[in-house]
Amino acid sequence: MMEKRSQSFYFLAFFFIVFVLFLYGPVLTIGILSFQGPKGGLTFPMNGVSLHWFYDLFEEQAVGDFWGAFRRSFILGLMVMVTTVILSVMGGLAFRNKFNGSNFLFYLVISSLVIPSILISLGVGLIFNILDFEVHWSTSGFGAQLTWTLPFGLLIMFAVFNRFDSAYEEAARDLGASWWQTIRYVVLPIIAPSLIGVALFGFTLSYDEFARTLLTSGSRNTLPLEIFGMTTNVTTPVLYALGTMTTIFSLLIILTFLLITYVFGQRNRRQTSDAGKAIL
Amino acid sequence: MSMARSKHLELIKTTKLYGDVKAVDAIDLTIDEGKYVCILGPSGCGKSSLLRMVAGHEVTSSGDIILANKNITDFPPTKRGTAMMFQNYALFPHLTVQDNIAFPLKMSGMEKAARYKQVDILLERVQLKSLHDRKPDQLSGGQQQRVALARAMITNPQILLLDEPLSALDPFLRTKIRAELKQLQRDLGISFLHVTHSQDEALALSDLVVVMNEGRIEQAATAKDVFNAPANEFVARFIGGHNIIETDNGKAAIRVDRVHLGRKSYASLPVSIQEIEFLGARVCIKVIDENGREFSVDMTDEMFFAHSFEIGASSFLSWEKEDVHQLAA
Repeated sequence: MMEKRSQSFYFLAFFFIVFVLFLYGPVLTIGILSFQGPKGGLTFPMNGVSLHWFYDLFEEQAVGDFWGAFRRSFILGLMVMVTTVILSVMGGLAFRNKFNGSNFLFYLVISSLVIPSILISLGVGLIFNILDFEVHWSTSGFGAQLTWTLPFGLLIMFAVFNRFDSAYEEAARDLGASWWQTIRYVVLPIIAPSLIGVALFGFTLSYDEFARTLLTSGSRNTLPLEIFGMTTNVTTPVLYALGTMTTIFSLLIILTFLLITYVFGQRNRRQTSDAGKAIL
Repeated sequence: MSMARSKHLELIKTTKLYGDVKAVDAIDLTIDEGKYVCILGPSGCGKSSLLRMVAGHEVTSSGDIILANKNITDFPPTKRGTAMMFQNYALFPHLTVQDNIAFPLKMSGMEKAARYKQVDILLERVQLKSLHDRKPDQLSGGQQQRVALARAMITNPQILLLDEPLSALDPFLRTKIRAELKQLQRDLGISFLHVTHSQDEALALSDLVVVMNEGRIEQAATAKDVFNAPANEFVARFIGGHNIIETDNGKAAIRVDRVHLGRKSYASLPVSIQEIEFLGARVCIKVIDENGREFSVDMTDEMFFAHSFEIGASSFLSWEKEDVHQLAA
């Protein structure tokens, strides 16, 4: 016989269902509406089902340049990802030793998570204007996004190095490895799985960043800005098709990273397992 | 010539300071070639700091470390001719057994084929050939330890430094690996410097036991001498197996298996039995005298069953004059 559930179970279950609906409802709605028939509008009811708006996405658009925006966002995401991984690892290594002012420096870095994004965006844009630099997604936009991804990356690396046994490095040195060899052949391979996490974080945070890019991307939009712009101009479900495509793209990116992790794990196992050899 | 050779590792006023704290306090120690030496002491006595200074993983604050007639005090770890086996072995988790052992060769730029050839010889020696492509987490504790040993040995060290090498193993395996370590040391003929807090380990393994406390050496002697003739009260208490008594000349130690219960002789003391522990071949009895001082008596099971000792019963504790070992103040 089933044990009787407590009242709190029903309350929390209800809360959870509402939460899930709130989280995935909008995405699903947009997903469904993107299959709107050629004569359909921006809202329900569905006027037939078609892939019309997806085709339309690949046609010349009257307003908006979302392929250009997508390309910029993708490149910017990669730039941010690589920079975040490299600087986070270096920062993580640096912070393993207490140095003068390390606490102050830490808070200085972390504080950019607390300052409202839009203010950072405004500030970066302003400084570029004052210094007479061109405001461009690959310069000011890139920097503004790093103020967001670097603290995250650094925090992850703190967690990683907290668990890292420094006996590995001592052993490496004992066995004749130079400083760089220790990093290259011991530290990096051991923390590699965590770096995939940092990379994924860096890319996705950049890819969907809105506020920090708003006033720093210059005359050319990144994808989130482009989509936002389109919500006021575009009156057809092509907007939803775009939303669905970018969501699928994000999922593909995550899937790719998971696949990389999986393949790494498999390769390791294949290299090492000789289970069953004795039977043959 | 032979004099110089036999004095292998020499510590001269070797000191480690952490701020104002003397973790290792001006230690002098000479270790002959091919000896198994255990540094024994409670945690925080400075034994690990001492080992790490010899290994070069800790800067020596003052004093010298001489190995094979070379002053290696300020040499980097690789140039010292030492190799260290870490407490939890520190095997690289992402490398196979083979690549772990080949690591030092790879770092020195040796080619893969040549590396593996050397590794094979060592794998044969530690009987791990069939496991060469396993990762450390697929090995048992004993196997991991042998890989760590092989990895340390491939650099052809003149002395092997072992930091609590058996503490990660379960008690059953510990005794077995302990015997393997001793045999390996005999086969290789190089000195092993082994840090431990276990008295049993030190007594079972050592040609020389170095008992440390508060950064200083309390006694450095053979296992037999440390046990039979502890230099002072600390050594007697730490090594265990002794009762400490007050005599006219100060404190003295008597082995717990050299005191007798229920029989009057040279000195006898009325006591009452507090506790009886049956340990198989031996029985350990705790007794207390009129002044509340505790003593331990260790006897054979035969002796125990020949008498009818019971908890709470009164008896006499006695010992022979020649079994009283006077301790330094």
